[in-house]
Amino acid sequence: MAQENGTRKHPRGALSRRRFLASAAMTGAATTVVSPASAVTPPSSSSDVAVPRAPSALPPSMRVAAAETDTPKELPRIGGVPGSDFMVDVIKGLDIKYLPSNPASSFRGIHESLINYGGNKNPEFLTCTHEESAAAMAHGYFKAAGKPLMTLCHGTVGLQHATMAIYNAWCDRVPMIVVGGNDLDAAHRPPGVPTFHSAQDINAIVRDYTKWDDTPVSLQHFAQSFVRAYKIAMTPPYGPVAISLDAGLQQEPIRENGEKLYIPRYVPTAPPQGDSGAVKEAARLLAQAQNPVIVVDRAARTENGMRLLVQLAETLQAVVIDQGGRMNFPSTHYLRRPPTAVNNADVVIGMELSDYWGTVNAYIDNGEHGIGVNTSKIKPSTKLISISSVDLNTKSNYQDIQRFQVVDVPMAADAEATLPALIEAVRAALPNDRKAAIEKRGEAAKKAFAEGKERTRQAAALAWEASPISTARLAMETFAQIKELDWSLVSSSGNVSGWPSRLWPMEKHYHWLGASGGYGVGYGAPASVGAALANRDLGRFSVSIQSDGDLMYAPGVLWTAARHGIPLLAVMHNNRGYHQEVMHVQRLSNFRNRVASLGKDMGPIGTSIENPDIEYHKLAESMGWWAKGPIKDPAELGAAIKQAVAVVKSGQPALVNVWTQPR
Amino acid sequence: MCSEHFALAVLAASLVLGSVPAFAASAEKGKAAFVQHGCWQCHGFQGQGGVTGPKLAPDPLPIEAFTAFVRTTDRAMPPYKESVLSNEELADIHAWLQSIPKPADYKSIPLLNQ
Repeated sequence: MAQENGTRKHPRGALSRRRFLASAAMTGAATTVVSPASAVTPPSSSSDVAVPRAPSALPPSMRVAAAETDTPKELPRIGGVPGSDFMVDVIKGLDIKYLPSNPASSFRGIHESLINYGGNKNPEFLTCTHEESAAAMAHGYFKAAGKPLMTLCHGTVGLQHATMAIYNAWCDRVPMIVVGGNDLDAAHRPPGVPTFHSAQDINAIVRDYTKWDDTPVSLQHFAQSFVRAYKIAMTPPYGPVAISLDAGLQQEPIRENGEKLYIPRYVPTAPPQGDSGAVKEAARLLAQAQNPVIVVDRAARTENGMRLLVQLAETLQAVVIDQGGRMNFPSTHYLRRPPTAVNNADVVIGMELSDYWGTVNAYIDNGEHGIGVNTSKIKPSTKLISISSVDLNTKSNYQDIQRFQVVDVPMAADAEATLPALIEAVRAALPNDRKAAIEKRGEAAKKAFAEGKERTRQAAALAWEASPISTARLAMETFAQIKELDWSLVSSSGNVSGWPSRLWPMEKHYHWLGASGGYGVGYGAPASVGAALANRDLGRFSVSIQSDGDLMYAPGVLWTAARHGIPLLAVMHNNRGYHQEVMHVQRLSNFRNRVASLGKDMGPIGTSIENPDIEYHKLAESMGWWAKGPIKDPAELGAAIKQAVAVVKSGQPALVNVWTQPR
Repeated sequence: MCSEHFALAVLAASLVLGSVPAFAASAEKGKAAFVQHGCWQCHGFQGQGGVTGPKLAPDPLPIEAFTAFVRTTDRAMPPYKESVLSNEELADIHAWLQSIPKPADYKSIPLLNQ
């Protein structure tokens, strides 16, 4: 099973399982044609003997009758080297460190091979209590480690559970390899539950939000599919891929039949760079602009990506709006600005934006008759440049492409890969007589940044002593306890008014990992655990701001964290409601001239999580976490977080349940 | 509820809409109405504001401008008609917002000077 270059070594010899099935079916058909004749006595040579007319339907021979009515014989699936052992060899070749998964019969073959033949290492099986948690763990892990994980799902019901997390990964341009077990062979799969859990095409449910999928029908096909899947997932724009894995193929012994199985070598694909002419035109526009603005969402994948963005911004002395899909630009840099900075731009360059339309336009959900109002944020003469690898994605059904925005210089390319050429082109395009003006622009930016920082801190002081605890206080009490550590904010679910990015000095590429991508609630807890797993191995301290609604989708991931010793500090933003939805119902009530009905709750009926209040600290404790709460007095918060930090530093997860203001 | 420059426009609108009837406004009732009518959802229980809604307190808009905005806003906040939120309740809410003290200077809060 050595890794080879993909050339065929020997012609296929004896029957494979698939060929065996095909030839068996043909043999049966031939038998059906031949057998009836044998049941009739052939005529003698005499011409005067009347030949009896053969009836249109003949009784079946014993052989045909048996073929039609007997229970089919099971094909041998035990003995020799299991096919799934070869699959493990293929997976190990790609250095996939972990495999978060919920166990299922449709992948029992490869499960057994992974833990016994593969020694449960590279990948290590992590027991999950929900497939959505497993996929979201892979999502969070990638953003901290830069390497993808795989997950195994039961083909139908398991994949159905995993779908929202896969959609989030798709929207967030995060690679993962989703392998679904499926018992394809209807004649041989067990009846009952395994048949309920099988389908002709399990990948259909995720095809709209995966980059590629396949259903390998031989071990060699699996090897090619898996390496191809990894390669596609890891080529920008990154994204999830899916493989349907036949249970029979996993369980049957390797029948090389004279052909040596091989494992294709993985060679990463170079990311697509912007066209040189388009890069030059973009540089010309930026160099000549009076007020260029750089907007970034998922532009920086790495530490180098951040460094390049700083270079570009400083070369132009252009302000940067970081939309936060990734940690693109240091929050402490004097060129960092809030989204309103786009208003006065004469040139905007957007890099890997998930919503260019929404960047330069506004939609206000407050028009007459409940229909929203569209307005432009920019001047009509503003020139727009885009570098986005997502332009290379061609899917139709799901609308994560957002509204269509006309752009003057669009580049279907990876932003980070294009930045070196763009910086060089901008330097070449800057006229000498503009350099003094650009320098002056930088001095003004420094002053404006300092003033903005003052305003932000004063805003944070509002409701500082309030109970429930303000989100600014929550953020700063947390930061005070972690600031001396090599910290990583792995997730901030719910809405805490952006205080961490406004107040914490975020300067390293892992200081913030971005949000869910698709806004599918339930991402925060499992993605935090996945990211904390990666950070554990990298020696970083993981902290999450964990909302109540998010945690309750699949809280079993808390157990997974405790079971596998994943240290994570979860500070809860427990505002006791689905606050994104609270205002939607309030808005419609107002439009319809009705008082919103609250029932016994704080928010409109159906939007609160209270009566009874959920004791998240007890929930976490029951699953092996150190936990404390509910903390309602801001004066008690710092001490509680300090205790939790000590626990996390010892290698265990800890949760502090904090009652907070809504936003 | 609105930015400073927008306050001028609201003030102008308030002249058109006329002044608010005088009630013996109650800050205590206003605090309850602030919760009952969902103001806290975007502005926080102390009117401190956040990413979903600007700060309302301390120093709320003058009552006329405040009322005009609440009744006619075409911004992110949906308008509240009198049949949903009475003038008396609105005046009570304003009284409560007026009663909220100024925060400490951030320079006196160690956690905001890390």
